[in-house]
Amino acid sequence: MVTGKVFKFGDNVDTDVIIPARYLNAPSPEELAKHCMEDIDPAFVGKVHQGDIMVGGANFGCGSSREHAPIAIQASGVACVIAASFARIFYRNAINIGFPILECPEAAQAIGNGDTVSVDFSTGVIRDETTGQTFQAAAFPAFINRIIDKGGLLKYLKARQDG
Amino acid sequence: MAMTMTQKILAAHAGLESVKAGDLIEAKLDLVLGNDVTTPVAVDVFDKAGFTKIFDKDKIAIVLDHYTPCKDIKSAELCHTARTFARRFSITNFFDVGQVGIEHALLPEKGLVGPGDCIIGADSHTCTYGALGAFSTGVGSTDMAAGMAMGENWFKVPSAIRVERKGKYQPYVSGKDVILHLIGLIGVDGALYKSLEFTGDGVAELSMDDRFTIANMAIEAGAKNGIFPVDEKTLAYVKGRFPREPKIYQADPDAEYEQTVTIDLSALEPTVSLPHLPSNTRTVAQVKGTPIDQVVIGSCTNGRISDMRIAAQILKGRKVADGVRCIVIPATQAVYKQCIAEGLTEIFIDAGCAVSTPTCGPCLGGHMGCMCAGERAVATTNRNFVGRMGHVKSEVILASPAVAAASAVAGAVAAPTDL
Ligand code: SF4
Repeated sequence: MVTGKVFKFGDNVDTDVIIPARYLNAPSPEELAKHCMEDIDPAFVGKVHQGDIMVGGANFGCGSSREHAPIAIQASGVACVIAASFARIFYRNAINIGFPILECPEAAQAIGNGDTVSVDFSTGVIRDETTGQTFQAAAFPAFINRIIDKGGLLKYLKARQDG
Repeated sequence: MAMTMTQKILAAHAGLESVKAGDLIEAKLDLVLGNDVTTPVAVDVFDKAGFTKIFDKDKIAIVLDHYTPCKDIKSAELCHTARTFARRFSITNFFDVGQVGIEHALLPEKGLVGPGDCIIGADSHTCTYGALGAFSTGVGSTDMAAGMAMGENWFKVPSAIRVERKGKYQPYVSGKDVILHLIGLIGVDGALYKSLEFTGDGVAELSMDDRFTIANMAIEAGAKNGIFPVDEKTLAYVKGRFPREPKIYQADPDAEYEQTVTIDLSALEPTVSLPHLPSNTRTVAQVKGTPIDQVVIGSCTNGRISDMRIAAQILKGRKVADGVRCIVIPATQAVYKQCIAEGLTEIFIDAGCAVSTPTCGPCLGGHMGCMCAGERAVATTNRNFVGRMGHVKSEVILASPAVAAASAVAGAVAAPTDL
């Protein structure tokens, strides 16, 4: 369960604006986080707090396969991303690093920038505390839950390899 | 249960009789790919997770193509990390400066991918190998690490859109125009999570290079993969390169498709995508005369020999317009050599182009042609997002090699027939 302030973006937020290619050679998540969303909202990094929530429209995270994108968002302090839909590779990358993301077109549309929102990952219930509206996101299938529970795909696989 | 071509390949690699759209499966991999941007992250997560073995040293390919020859110290460090990992595990298919080509042109050329394969690559344009009748898809670095360690990964079985081609091209129309047109039709998320399966009489018309270009940009429609049926042209291409037995899968006649899109090749005109989305398509005729500062001919989309040939045919005996920089980058060493052998390199240089060793370079705003604010390029690359080739206020117009070369000569967006 997380509660945070919403930073809202539009449709087709691509990985080039989430973390521009010119910073891909940055050596750590913390360094990447310093440039998160820089090309769409240069002030974002200065405003975001630990536990805040990012909301996007359709096709969030489209573009390159760079895992740097969800890593940068996660390292910037954002607790989860809610979007109308996600680009496929971004979806995978987020799950694989154990970063929860929720697909919910109704919530993505209704929630306003700056609203306070709480999310219950176990049930998929999203509540906009500012407006009092609640939304139901699809819960993760069991397979993906196991990966998130273990803290990411590799930890899940290593545990399996170690038997 | 009737299956699409993609579903059949996935079922076979998961050891299942059949699969259906939406199933979560774990499938065996024939090849795992990474580059100089994504491999270091994969190495880091591989080590941090405590893995000490890779699944098969012959089934991993590491290609240092993005920022090489290294543009700065940080890139050199990334390459060093990837290189050290490749040496540590004696990875057979490691390509460093001097052997390197842009990964998605290089792997098919070297016979590392072929019909019926199941491939993941930590690069979004890994979908290119669908041209050979393989299931291949772009993933992230953690997926790459998982693939390298276990030789398998998880997939959500995709549904599919069928794209039927009919008719024959007009002159100067090519695979790039087909795929830009398609993305314009269905949008950048038109095939989100889905397969694009290319069928119809028109497929036989398409050269292998055209098919690579089309499959390459499946991701620009949001697709998980794009795939072509295997025909004589495919088999002729893999013969003598691909060491394994090609496995041919065909979609069931009653396989389910969410949608069928028909493209009449004979009605296609030279097409471009305006900034800042690949779906923002226009015919060249509609935007002819838009001034430009730079032209880039190359990339994993259009850096193959047929691309070089058509560009040279247009540039031969002509000059790049005053005030325009034209950068030509053959995608692999073999293409580079072939350009020299056929005299194409001389044509490019005589026309006033800069010709470079294979690299991704300007395609992702890395090096070899970054732009400042206010500049505009026509490029044969695949993405025209904000800031893709440099400054956030620079612009990229996507086009075929024929249109790019003609634009270089005209100093503005132009079709070859406008010259
Ligand atoms: S040429 Fe461009 S799109 Fe292709 S692999 Fe390189 S950076 Fe990616």
